[in-house]
Amino acid sequence: MALELDSVTVRYGRTAAVSDVSLTVADGEVVALLGPSGCGKSTLLRTIAGLEQPSSGSVAWDSSDLAGVPVHRREFGLVFQDGQLFPHRSVAGNVAFGLRMRRVDREERDKRVLALLELVGLEGYAQRRVTQLSGGEQQRVALARALAPSPRLLLLDEPLSALDRALREQLAVDLARLLREASTTALVVTHDHDEAFTLADRVAIMSRGRVVQVGPPAEVWSSPVDVETAKFLGCNKFVPGSFVGLPVGRVGLRATALRVDPAGPLEGTVLERVHRRDHVRLLVDIDGEEYEAVGPVSVGDRVRLAVDLDGVARVGGE
Amino acid sequence: MAQARAGLRSRTGWSAAALLPLAFLGLFFAWPVLAIVSLGLREGGVAGALVAGDTWELVGFTLGQAAASTVVAVVAGLPVAFVLARCRIRGLGLVRAAVMVPFVLPTVVVGLAFRTFWPDGGVLPIVLANAFFNVAVVARTVGGLWAHTDRRAEDAARALGASRPRAFLSVVLPALAPAVGSAAAVVFLFCATSFGVVLVLGGSRYRTLETEIYLRTVELFDLSGAAALSLLQFLAVLAVLVLGALARRRRETALSLRGREELARRPSGGERVVVAAAGLVVVALLTPVVGLVTRSLSTRDGWSFAGYAALATRGERGTLAVTGIDAAVNSLRTAFDATLVALVVGVFSAVVLVGLRRSGARIAEVLDTALMLPLGVSAVTVGFGYLITMDALPGDFRTSPLLVPLAQALVVTPLIVRMVLPVLRAVDERLRQAAATLGASPWRVWREVDLPLTGRSLVAAAGFGYVVALGEFGATSFLARPDAPTLPVVIARLMSRPGELNSQMAYAACALLMVVTVGCVLLIERLRVPSSGEF
Repeated sequence: MALELDSVTVRYGRTAAVSDVSLTVADGEVVALLGPSGCGKSTLLRTIAGLEQPSSGSVAWDSSDLAGVPVHRREFGLVFQDGQLFPHRSVAGNVAFGLRMRRVDREERDKRVLALLELVGLEGYAQRRVTQLSGGEQQRVALARALAPSPRLLLLDEPLSALDRALREQLAVDLARLLREASTTALVVTHDHDEAFTLADRVAIMSRGRVVQVGPPAEVWSSPVDVETAKFLGCNKFVPGSFVGLPVGRVGLRATALRVDPAGPLEGTVLERVHRRDHVRLLVDIDGEEYEAVGPVSVGDRVRLAVDLDGVARVGGE
Repeated sequence: MAQARAGLRSRTGWSAAALLPLAFLGLFFAWPVLAIVSLGLREGGVAGALVAGDTWELVGFTLGQAAASTVVAVVAGLPVAFVLARCRIRGLGLVRAAVMVPFVLPTVVVGLAFRTFWPDGGVLPIVLANAFFNVAVVARTVGGLWAHTDRRAEDAARALGASRPRAFLSVVLPALAPAVGSAAAVVFLFCATSFGVVLVLGGSRYRTLETEIYLRTVELFDLSGAAALSLLQFLAVLAVLVLGALARRRRETALSLRGREELARRPSGGERVVVAAAGLVVVALLTPVVGLVTRSLSTRDGWSFAGYAALATRGERGTLAVTGIDAAVNSLRTAFDATLVALVVGVFSAVVLVGLRRSGARIAEVLDTALMLPLGVSAVTVGFGYLITMDALPGDFRTSPLLVPLAQALVVTPLIVRMVLPVLRAVDERLRQAAATLGASPWRVWREVDLPLTGRSLVAAAGFGYVVALGEFGATSFLARPDAPTLPVVIARLMSRPGELNSQMAYAACALLMVVTVGCVLLIERLRVPSSGEF
């Protein structure tokens, strides 16, 4: 067992930003903390890094409590949303920083810096000024800087959120590969479920300071623990399981749950259509209720619809 | 908020560190000032001074001239603040330097410069000279906030149908009000305790509390009366400081709301009128400077370097105990020592203050206000206080050559703190946290992150402190030994004695002092500009 959180609570005055969170991150595992903004996930991350003190509960590494260990002795790497590169140092100077703090000798340091820059795809950038880099390049440098001293645990706080969408998707894939290759133990905070599912072995969903569900991405995606979580994971319509032919109490439908199919069991009238990036989204009236669906038809058409189980989630709780 | 939760250990550590600057202030500021206060109370001088009619005339004139000077400084400073904050025009660096130079010019020099236009002195030159110094305070303080105030609020008001003046009055001015208020409080303070200018331009006719304290001590030997006046002045200053602190607090909350700094624009339409007004102010600020140089070169017999040549002598009929050049060398050396002391105390205090704020310790407010106090309490009171307390210290401290640098350091330290503190605070907390997670200890974080990022402004603060120490007159005039005067003291002495050559020599010394000052200011400006936009 590597990182172990036991009933961690963090208070600011009277409000609890994090309440009673217990979570483990095993050696080599990547866990994503996923939740809407303000749910306390960043505070939890900062508490693990030692930048905040828990009001109760404990943060432990390999069963030894970290309460008295200051930030700089924890050997946890931290990557901020906006890089926070040292503006007065070059790319190499930034990456080498943690190695200098650990008194790694110059020759080995230079070698490690070059290796890491290659790992993040920035060969030849060593002498650049960090202020001349693009947002994506800056995040790569920040990642290399955090990885350079081989931290026991890598903490990533919304590492890709400041980037534009295309770059974000590209970097998420790169980051996932990187974490796997280096078999890094990591905790990623994000509000983007695509990002969480791309990166993580396990996902922990946070809501209002609490961890409400932990599990492998596929499981969390297909079986959210309650309606609120299901809504956060993209379900916008809740119906009895029988509606989609499933023997369960309640399911949540995502926008892609229904698709136009002449052989489908459901029938409705198209009310609206909107072009999205790679498909056409419809608003369909079925027996007086409005549903979202996908398919290439026109407003006013009567259509038949089939259920796509990828877009359906069984919702727990009541 | 987050910092308030940081460990008790760091809070205790910072609080302990805060005791060092507080001890320095206690020994070299609070003790002398309190000694004055108790002297005034003990000898019954206070009661006597309070019932004397001319005391209240003095108070009235002191406050009246300070209020008038403040109004002039604010009116002249606002257009300059606008230009510095909002306009992209050529020669902006010149404007900035031209505004800054008067603020650091030695008071005696400014007094003499105004005397070249009003040979007999008077109320008007006193008010104008005091305002002349302080235009920089208004322009800098207000301009600083103005540059960080989101221009889009103004644009929104314009889009909603407000005319330009209307938008200024209803959107811009309220946003700037805290800065204007706090600048006005500081200016009022400076003007109320202004010494050199009033001494040179007022003579014995127009006296403020500050000059009266000096005259009673040095010429009438009425120590208890002087102490009573010091006490009176101290109370007035304290009241103004509290008002200023309130305004500053509001300003800091306003600053935390600021949007991104926007690019300045070229002035257009009605803005050109404001720019023209700022131009007039700059010309007005440069006039005394030019006048002084001209005066130093002109004698009854036409242009001449006689005054400059006389600097190698002891003045006409041996007015001075040393030559002008000796005094200049002594000035440079004393100011260097003072700057060194002020830099150590000031930077240490600023670092401690930031640490205290981050760990949420209460003592931060105490230290902050304590550090501001010397700025407001008259230098004459401090100098006078040294005279009556320093005998109690071990060793022959009163005749020690360290006395003058220490007094000057006291005047300079608050300015250094005010310059360094905002830059230290501007270092992103997460940048420091990034360094900590990479294994840097708190001390290492300071050395690797804070120091390199604030280095330029440290140098600028040192340069600024140096010129202020160089021109310090109030405390120095009390403490400098006759055989080791500084240049401002020499200038005042030369002016108080008859003789054409003496006054010629005084003007030449003023011009020299001014050249050194301007050189320092230009250097500071070079160091300052790039750092402001870097982070």
